[in-house]
Amino acid sequence: MSQDNKKVTVETTGHVWDDDLQELNNPLPRWWIWGFYITFTFALVYWLFYPAWPIGHTYTKGVSGLNNVTYVATKVDGTQETKTTHWNMRSKLMVEMNELKAEQKPFFDKVASKSFEDVSKDPELMQFVNSAGKTLFSDNCAPCHQAGGQGKIKFAPNLTDDHWQYGGTYENIETTIIAGRNGMMPAFKAILSDAELTQVSQYVLSLSGEPHNAAAAKLGDAIFHGDKAGCYACHGADAKGNIAMGSANLTDKIWLWPDVIGAKTPEAKLTEVKTLIYGGMNKGVMPVWSTRLKPEQIKLLTVYVHDSLGGGK
Amino acid sequence: MSDQAENSLYQKHIPIVTRSVKGQFRTFKTAVMLLAYSVYFLLPWMPWQRVSAASQAILFDLTSRRFFIFDLIVYPQDIFWLAMLLFIAAALLFFVTGLVGRAWCGYFCFQTLWSDLFIQIEHLIQGERPARLRLQKQAWNLEKVFKIGLSHALMILVSFWTAVTFACYFSYAPTFVLDFFNGTGVSGGYFAVLVLTVLTYMAGGVAREQICLYACPYARFQGVMYEADTLAVTYDAKRGEGLKGRTIPIQGLKTHEERTAAGHGDCIDCGFCVQVCPTGIDIRNGLQYQCISCGLCIDACDNIMDSVGYPRGLIRFDSERNMARETPQAPKVMWKRFKVLGYASALLLMTSVLFYNIGTRSDTEVNVQQVRQPLYVMLSDGSFRNRYLIHIVNKAESDEIYAIDVEGISPRSLDMRFFKAVSIKAGKGLNMNAVVNLSAEDASKIDTFNFVITRASTKEVMKVKTNFNSPREHD
Repeated sequence: MSQDNKKVTVETTGHVWDDDLQELNNPLPRWWIWGFYITFTFALVYWLFYPAWPIGHTYTKGVSGLNNVTYVATKVDGTQETKTTHWNMRSKLMVEMNELKAEQKPFFDKVASKSFEDVSKDPELMQFVNSAGKTLFSDNCAPCHQAGGQGKIKFAPNLTDDHWQYGGTYENIETTIIAGRNGMMPAFKAILSDAELTQVSQYVLSLSGEPHNAAAAKLGDAIFHGDKAGCYACHGADAKGNIAMGSANLTDKIWLWPDVIGAKTPEAKLTEVKTLIYGGMNKGVMPVWSTRLKPEQIKLLTVYVHDSLGGGK
Repeated sequence: MSDQAENSLYQKHIPIVTRSVKGQFRTFKTAVMLLAYSVYFLLPWMPWQRVSAASQAILFDLTSRRFFIFDLIVYPQDIFWLAMLLFIAAALLFFVTGLVGRAWCGYFCFQTLWSDLFIQIEHLIQGERPARLRLQKQAWNLEKVFKIGLSHALMILVSFWTAVTFACYFSYAPTFVLDFFNGTGVSGGYFAVLVLTVLTYMAGGVAREQICLYACPYARFQGVMYEADTLAVTYDAKRGEGLKGRTIPIQGLKTHEERTAAGHGDCIDCGFCVQVCPTGIDIRNGLQYQCISCGLCIDACDNIMDSVGYPRGLIRFDSERNMARETPQAPKVMWKRFKVLGYASALLLMTSVLFYNIGTRSDTEVNVQQVRQPLYVMLSDGSFRNRYLIHIVNKAESDEIYAIDVEGISPRSLDMRFFKAVSIKAGKGLNMNAVVNLSAEDASKIDTFNFVITRASTKEVMKVKTNFNSPREHD
């Protein structure tokens, strides 16, 4: 059978162009049409029940009382406020955040009620410290100390090594977080001559076994322990620093302000140290966190820094 | 192809009203159905002693992300068992289909089982085929409303219980059912039961064979697995049609001898084979994709052959090759074929691998992850520190103590703080910080070492090889 013989039985709209060009009128399936109408009805009901239409500076808020959402919001000053609003995605998110905070609360309470040692002995609590601490650290500490706590040379100390400028016990770390720190070193450009600066720098390098000029270092030793420069007053006669004031231990391999490890040649290492003694340093600032974090958050962070990052000593 | 078929892409559904039948295949079908339903509906109620979860023999616990299958506990990380299981299911389907055709479709498929049950409900309420046809043509009077309403109400009830049972596999059945009917169950439970009730009723009660004809992919691709030796439901056309075709036993064509003499075959064209077919086809037109291979037409024909005194087997399970023979032999399962043996060996191999794998599974899972921020730390004395996160999962049904040690470096280099030995609860995992310090000299020589985790109760030892990073000359 050929296609030509088939009669067109489909309804047309009656429009004819170019003598024989007709517009067929194929009605949509009934189920489709009904589905279409149902979406209209659905939209109308939705507009009534939920916030939908923008009107100038405001909008329709749905049927009040039907889909209200209540949540607790924490204001900037730390006070809490219970809010009830019409249904919206943000308030739903707030409700979920409230629920999650409530789930976290027993763990925070447990951390707050136990001693540092007891927290670190409790394997399940330490698991919470590991994950909640990571979040707190990422939100508050990572901008300076970096995501893994590895710090940044000439900027923020490494929290994963065993050197603690202000002490690495739980109490020391907690004090540092609560009250902040303000590390500085005076400039010696007006006190020491260029030759003296070189000598004392050679001495400092010799303390940690870096390549140095032994003769110059010997002279530097005298300057270090002499009253003109008075380096020993802060760094100690044994040059091991003082955690009470945060002066650096010059005898270990760890450097924060001069990049001695990164400098490859002895000359570059010398320049690093000398530049610091010449100009001093005034940016060892750790902010105060007691006004921004809650005591239990600070306590958890202390355990995180001490146990998860690798404090101690 | 007819004009009508060409004009319409939509096939109007002609309701299939099947006649009930007795016979060996019907008995087998009923037996499978009884067994399958008893397992499906009763299994969630089977108790099983457990420590870390509800006492239910089969429990797919989504909240704790564990599947409990009797004494086997399946964790998400055992997902490859599912891959093996799917492979085994596929190989089994190929193997069976290659041997005896679509046995899955005819006797075991859920669609077939539930459709069959719903047809039997109709039969129970509305009577045999002629009565049901009469009822369909009848005007909507009280009797019709009652009978059709009751049978559909029963189908919905069965669908509902099917759905509730399904949900019971994912939750502790007694509390789930109690909470469900008290109105205190979780919303997800109600939603699942609603959706499954509707789907079961729609598929088994309304769509029925249309699922097999239009929706099911297996129905279509199983045809590919048929070979010349595969047993399929076959109408013996040579015997049935004779020389002059089939005919009803009118006067003078009643006995076998009369029919043979007149050149007519054994088929008396009673139409019973068509009336009993759940997909509404006429098997005498040959093998068709609609045939689910349930064998009910064989039962129907055998009964008729018995009553008219002709030999059985006008319709039978037989192979294409056998039918093509001059004198067909007795049909038998031809398993000595390359494909069938191939499927069988794949099936056997994979099943033994799966069982071996499950049998030798460890109750402990250890995972060591290196902390990469920073990769290493130089300490004040010039030695190097690497840090690790150790994750131990205790899959056993009892609390366990694990001791953590190292191999390949000095035991003193490992600092686990308070967790050299740690207790982990049944079915739980634990993350621990591990610190390893190596002197500069050791660090320059050592690239890798092992963490050694010992399970206290069984002395089972697990070693995890891991890297130690430190700056090197070539860095």
